[in-house]
Amino acid sequence: MKEKLVIVGNGMAPGRALEKLLETAPDRFDIVIFNAEPRVNYDRIMLSPVLSGEKTYDDIVIHGDAWYIENGITLYKGCKVERIDRVNKTVHSINGISERYDRLVIATGSVPFIIPVPGKDLAGVVTYRDLDDVNTMMIAARAKGRAVIIGGGLLGLEAAAGLNEQGMDVTVVHVMPTLMERQLDPAAGYLLGQSMQARGVKVLTSANTKQILGDKRVSGVELADGTIIPADLVVMAVGIRPNMALAKEAGLAVNRGIVVDAQMRTSDPSIYALGECVEVAGQCFGLVAPLYDMANVLAAQLAGETSTSFTPVATATRLKVTGINLYSAGDFGEGDDREEIVLRDAAAGVYKRVVLRDDKIIGTVLYGETGDGPWFYDMLKRNVDTREMRDTLIFGQNYQGGAPLDPTAAVAALPDEAEICGCNGVCKSKITGAIAGKGLSSLDDVRAHTKASASCGSCTGLVEKLLLLTLGDAYNPSAVQPMCKCTDLGHDDVRRLIVAKGLRSIPQLMQELEWKTSCGCAKCRPALNYYLLANWPGEYEDDGQSRFINERVHANIQKDGTYSVVPRMWGGLTSSTELRAIADVVDKFAIPTLKVTGGQRIDMLGVKKEDLPAVWADLNAAGMVSGAAYGKALRTVKTCVGSEWCRFGTQDSTGLGVRIEKFMWGSWTPAKVKMAVSGCPRNCAEATCKDVGIICVDSGYDIHFAGAAGLDIKGTELLCHANTDDEALEIVVALVQLYREQGRYLERIYKWAKRVGIDSIKAKVVDDIDKRRSYYDRFVFSQRFAQIDPWQERVNGKDAHEFAAMAEFGIPQAAE
Amino acid sequence: MSATDQWIEIGRLEQIPRRGARCVKTASGPIAVFRTMEDQVFALEDRCAHKGGPLSQGIVHGAQVTCPLHNWVYSLETGEAQGADEGRVPSIPLKLVDGRIFMFARAMLVAAE
Repeated sequence: MKEKLVIVGNGMAPGRALEKLLETAPDRFDIVIFNAEPRVNYDRIMLSPVLSGEKTYDDIVIHGDAWYIENGITLYKGCKVERIDRVNKTVHSINGISERYDRLVIATGSVPFIIPVPGKDLAGVVTYRDLDDVNTMMIAARAKGRAVIIGGGLLGLEAAAGLNEQGMDVTVVHVMPTLMERQLDPAAGYLLGQSMQARGVKVLTSANTKQILGDKRVSGVELADGTIIPADLVVMAVGIRPNMALAKEAGLAVNRGIVVDAQMRTSDPSIYALGECVEVAGQCFGLVAPLYDMANVLAAQLAGETSTSFTPVATATRLKVTGINLYSAGDFGEGDDREEIVLRDAAAGVYKRVVLRDDKIIGTVLYGETGDGPWFYDMLKRNVDTREMRDTLIFGQNYQGGAPLDPTAAVAALPDEAEICGCNGVCKSKITGAIAGKGLSSLDDVRAHTKASASCGSCTGLVEKLLLLTLGDAYNPSAVQPMCKCTDLGHDDVRRLIVAKGLRSIPQLMQELEWKTSCGCAKCRPALNYYLLANWPGEYEDDGQSRFINERVHANIQKDGTYSVVPRMWGGLTSSTELRAIADVVDKFAIPTLKVTGGQRIDMLGVKKEDLPAVWADLNAAGMVSGAAYGKALRTVKTCVGSEWCRFGTQDSTGLGVRIEKFMWGSWTPAKVKMAVSGCPRNCAEATCKDVGIICVDSGYDIHFAGAAGLDIKGTELLCHANTDDEALEIVVALVQLYREQGRYLERIYKWAKRVGIDSIKAKVVDDIDKRRSYYDRFVFSQRFAQIDPWQERVNGKDAHEFAAMAEFGIPQAAE
Repeated sequence: MSATDQWIEIGRLEQIPRRGARCVKTASGPIAVFRTMEDQVFALEDRCAHKGGPLSQGIVHGAQVTCPLHNWVYSLETGEAQGADEGRVPSIPLKLVDGRIFMFARAMLVAAE
């Protein structure tokens, strides 16, 4: 029988230990995990980009639900362990679940330190530790009020930058004279303070918090000198304490943390502990690199390989605030036995300092330009004698041996064991080995296979150079296609930055993202207009001048400059009244061609532009609205007659088609969206070549998507089965909303699905009901501002200048 | 000076949207009058050299316009097609005085011949 391994805690350290254990001894244990948080293992280091809006929770999940299932691991979510019974070798959770163990791992992490001042328990005072804290802050940030961050360390500053990006008015209160004094020397701390102020974050140093003011809810922070800072949100980020309550109560040896030896063993031989909750040789740890070292040691122990042991090494630190580059490692205090080399370039905002003892690097602080950080850090760890390169050391690796080398030479010179990715502890040889061994050719490949650069991304440049070094010309680093010649950014980058930087207009976006042209071009402007519209529904004002003529005047331009007009016919249904009105319009305006379209609509071709408002007025009067035949938008939902009339029909396909179309009309999408609903698998509505197609069956509805019948011909993929029409509608809406949020402008659904992967789409709109609901809700919200008939608006006078000449002159008049 | 040397007022600047265009109809055909982001005004014959598309319906960016039919790009200043495409549309002199736009009257006649 397998031994039973129970793990209390599901953070990054036990997650890494499990990965290693499953690699080396996959069948040794039955594994059970208790997680006090109601979720899977995610990358806590990346909470700051989530807070600033640059990433979402999905982006930072390390092990999804499928991972636990594949590896046969039982994960209890939202299940906090309250007691360990060491005599009977069992653990007991607050919700009554108990498990027996042969070996137990305690990985309870840390708790934020709350400074004991009056007001610390008021509503609106939060800590910064987990996703729940981030969600609380993001909700608070929606009101765009004032935030005070107590603590100017790594976490406090990342919280400050994130809340600032979210539009809050942020003040950092720090008790020490300079920021991040544990990782930075005063000079770099000062530069950092300047950078934070420059982005609008106020920084108060040597500031002692006396109390937090407020009645029930926080209203401000009072400092020891009497200063009062108004606040709607207070974030305490002064530090962490090992969370050892459970271990202490179980009678294990504890000190500042749970005491373990270099093999991660506690005072009970069946029980191990690792992570932020432990103390090894008198030291506690809060950065990820040593925690991952512990994970490797623990995994080896559990696999029966007992010779490895944990030795703390100097750790490098980076601040994950977009646009601020700083890197520090090791010991940089001053002392008689130390020498230092300093380079300052005030104009460029660069500060570099290397601290030496006996000609060996013991610490480094880099600000503004951090590319040489890993090089210095590697020499620090390897105790390299720097006497030979003393004169040029501070200029970095490129300057060793005279002239600057080509960029890949620097990484080529790094030893195999040099650490490239600090977040995930990936060394150079592991990356180059994976590139060569697994035939990797892109950054995303390397991220997927080695995790290098998959977390904070600050080593991305190094990883790209390794790709170039290993693959030579076969590596194409500019695999990201720029949107157009106006920018080097790709569509995905622009969409990400719109959220991250809170960009709300085209001029602001072009300024912030350094567009190379004064006002874009016919390629980027429509895309930007769509992205902004999709991102800020109700807030962003549509820019008609950035729309293609068809979407600007809500009709399709023809080769002779006339327009075609297609009214909506819900689900392809029409009536004698509508047909009569159409016939009358055709006669009244002498419209030359009347045609039935492939999407079950009627098209009036050859309408003069100045006639459009009058044509629409007559169609509106008969109850018809714009059919959006001109738009990157929901076009048509084609249906068959279904169970209403057809002897084979299994469901009311016409009714469902009408319902979907009435629900979704008016929405803008990256490219046109055509749908169909067929009442039985005979598929008379040809649903299986549409962007979204539904095939009714006896038991409900098969939802298909990602078909094409234009430039490319492609059958749809089956997304899922829905039992009811309500469920089918919700899934289709969520699917389209996901596409609206992820699709690149002009990228049809089938191309989007190919790019992001059908599984990732299923995971979001089929498997995870909560997520599906949130996409659905966002679509519904955006529809509040989208379901306005553009024809009616123009009949009522909107954009009148579009439909009339500015002036008219006959020859006689001009020649007089 | 004959009457045809005169500048004829065609309207006011604010009648044209920024980064947009309006049409002026003449007996010889429509003329597109453009207004840039920086409030410069330009006029071109409203007929793309490629397939006759109405340039007044295109997207205006910088001092250029992209034809709505097949994306030819023209310089508003010269009427020259940009990039790989070769062609030119006649441009018509304009004057902007206190927000009032004047078009060179003779241009309308020349266009009429």
